[in-house]
Amino acid sequence: MKNDISIVLSGEAGQGIRTVELLIIRALKNSGYNIFSTTELMSRVRGGNNTTEIRVSNKSIQSFVDKIDILIVLSRNAIYRIENRLSENTIIIGENTFIEDKYKDGQYKIKDIPLSSLAKEVGGLIYSNVIIFGLLSGIFNINLNLIKEYISEQFSAKGVNITENNINAVIKGYDYGKNLKLAIQVEKNEEIKKQIILSGTESVAIGALAGGCNFISAYPMSPSTGVIQFLAKHSEEFGVVVEQAEDEISAINMIQGAWYAGARAMTTTSGGGFALMQEGISNAAMVESPIVIHLAQRPAPSTGLPTKTEQADLNLALYTGHGEFPRIIFAPGNVEDGIFLTQKAFNLADKYQIPVIVLTDQFFIDSYQSIKPIDFSMFKPKNYFIKTDKDYIRYKITEDGISPRGVPMYGKGYVRFDSHEHDEGGFITEDPEIREKMVDKRLRKMESISKESIDAEIIGSKNYKTLIVGWGSTYGVIKEAVEVLKDDDIAFVYFKQVYPLPNNTQKILEKAKNRIIVENNATSQFGQLIKSQTGLEFNKHILKYNGMPFSLEEIIEKLKEKK
Amino acid sequence: MKTNFDFDQIPETAWCPGCGNFAILKVIKEAFVELNIDPMKLVFSAGIGQAAKTSQYINSNCFNGLHGRALSVATGIKASNPELIVIAEGGDGDMYGEGGNHFIHAIRRNIDIVNIVHNNMVYGLTLGQASPTSRKGSKTTLQLDGVFLEPFNPIAVAISLNASFVARAFSGDMKQLKGILKEAVNHKGYALVDVFHPCVSFNKINTFKWFKDNTYYVDESYDNTDKMAALEKAFETDKLPLGIIYKNGKNKTFSENLKAYKNNKRPLYKREVNLKKVEKLLLSN
Repeated sequence: MKNDISIVLSGEAGQGIRTVELLIIRALKNSGYNIFSTTELMSRVRGGNNTTEIRVSNKSIQSFVDKIDILIVLSRNAIYRIENRLSENTIIIGENTFIEDKYKDGQYKIKDIPLSSLAKEVGGLIYSNVIIFGLLSGIFNINLNLIKEYISEQFSAKGVNITENNINAVIKGYDYGKNLKLAIQVEKNEEIKKQIILSGTESVAIGALAGGCNFISAYPMSPSTGVIQFLAKHSEEFGVVVEQAEDEISAINMIQGAWYAGARAMTTTSGGGFALMQEGISNAAMVESPIVIHLAQRPAPSTGLPTKTEQADLNLALYTGHGEFPRIIFAPGNVEDGIFLTQKAFNLADKYQIPVIVLTDQFFIDSYQSIKPIDFSMFKPKNYFIKTDKDYIRYKITEDGISPRGVPMYGKGYVRFDSHEHDEGGFITEDPEIREKMVDKRLRKMESISKESIDAEIIGSKNYKTLIVGWGSTYGVIKEAVEVLKDDDIAFVYFKQVYPLPNNTQKILEKAKNRIIVENNATSQFGQLIKSQTGLEFNKHILKYNGMPFSLEEIIEKLKEKK
Repeated sequence: MKTNFDFDQIPETAWCPGCGNFAILKVIKEAFVELNIDPMKLVFSAGIGQAAKTSQYINSNCFNGLHGRALSVATGIKASNPELIVIAEGGDGDMYGEGGNHFIHAIRRNIDIVNIVHNNMVYGLTLGQASPTSRKGSKTTLQLDGVFLEPFNPIAVAISLNASFVARAFSGDMKQLKGILKEAVNHKGYALVDVFHPCVSFNKINTFKWFKDNTYYVDESYDNTDKMAALEKAFETDKLPLGIIYKNGKNKTFSENLKAYKNNKRPLYKREVNLKKVEKLLLSN
């Protein structure tokens, strides 16, 4: 096994696979390996079958692969769902009784580990996951002291005995892993040790803090909830008001009250919750309240597949809310952009007094990657509200459509927000002339918004004939596929701002003879948007909507056949 | 007499002549004058409906948002700047129907606001349908055979959620209404003031006279800190009690519970981002 190894942990919910994942990716990164990990869950708290894929590589990676080099089996019935991803090279490691006989006919390399009895020797089955962490550390020959240090940190709060048991567990696993003598060859790089491991969730939450977020209200909904949980953990330190709302309708209205009083507020939700927020989003448009919404997509309609991934809520975000009003939609494809775009969302929402939506998905949210430290001095969080004077009027008609926003108690004016059509002072009006002027005023903001759109990025050959278009979380897989194909005719264009379309869209797309779009949905929503705005069509659509992200192999194969 | 809360030009109201809302508007303004409240510090968070329009006729800060959502907006405002005096105002349909879920949870949060509900037992702005508080048997433009749903009892619901201040007044007695409003504003914690008032256009049953005949004041011997006694009052149906039915000042307010104010009392609009700290958080991840 050389330079690109895929490990899959497969077991039941509640077995502590997430703990193993977090420990091992940290240990691997701190040993100088590039890592990427992603989790695929069933929607349950106990039982079922969950898998986590950990990739270890000599180069920067952030995509899901089908191939499995090492499969760790942690329970019965943990193989059949991923059977088609096994090959003759796959090494299956697990307790003999967990591996069904049909896999033992010689087609796979099987390594039996008496996991249950090892765990019982240490103190009970609960130690199984730490043994597995030790095992993987042993396979990769990670410094044992480093491993012990992590274990001490992780369990010190639980007392000396438990910490000691866990250290014994990790050593047992470590020895077992070393003795397997698997020929692992992945080049290490000292620079990687300085990197930071970050999930999509953490990138959105940290980006929010960098944008000055000091208020979040949300109703729990997978896969979006991690963002409010992260901010809850740091509420005191960063002075963030954190409130679990009674429903999404309350959350979206609460954050408008917060912005009104001078806070910088956001909410986080998934498709169903976002649908409930539509009335509130439309309200924000009318009262001209800034709002930031993180929308983490999952397969729909309705309850859909709560723990899987999809990119099918672009249209929902694009057309949300009754009436006509400006908005911005970002779609980060990597965690650097998760931070960058979320902080930017706060500034743009504030500047233009509009809804800004950060559109992610389960695959992005639940995946971890390591990144170089980010220079935060490039971020310029700014409050755009003004100090009011006595004659302040809220909805002044201006050339660019932006009416200076006041905040109660800051200055001498009253701040009057109104959800009816209103005059410049914020009072109800039904005057047709004022109505037209106000509609024009609000829509006029779109001109300035478009001007500062974030350009789409080209990755690969500048002299492309074939152009692959992707947005959001497909970034990693398309980028890696293009790198693997090494074809001078092919380039990938990554859209991190999906609405309004970046100003370089037409130019980039026109240049290609062959346009291919890749989307994690069934109807190519972004393709349709591009077509409606530029008139340009796609020759091919690569679409996936079974709840899983695209795999690297799949994209490479489809690009080969469609070129 | 022009008060601090009046506009230079008196706005044209959208209410019918004889509407109970006029009395409520007048009393609110008088109460604020008597309490010496700075209009700069006052915010009205209102929903939609004839009652919610009150905010349009008071010269102060206001957020006239969506039908049913005034309590959520008010929560966001008060939690972001606890120095503001926040009034969430609307009618019975607005607060108990469309906003019913928010009503329950605003009470649970004990957000330090005054929640004024104009309760006329009917929908006015949509021209006469039943409201959550309509009495059984009331015939309306939509409930043609009469309402058969159990009426919503906001007083009992609020008390059972251990609301910190629960009162009921009648717009026909402006003196008592003013007294209750003043106490509600001075009270720390969530305060519900449900105000009975007649709808002269659409409610021909619960008229001024009906409210007069079917209500009474709790007397001085009544202990409004006794929760079970308060619940009993709330369930009385023969005649409906008026006054402060329940008071419980024991619970911390929502803002007092927020960690965001533990080490820093400044309202959020006065705070700045510490990017260095965020960067450090990222590096420690």
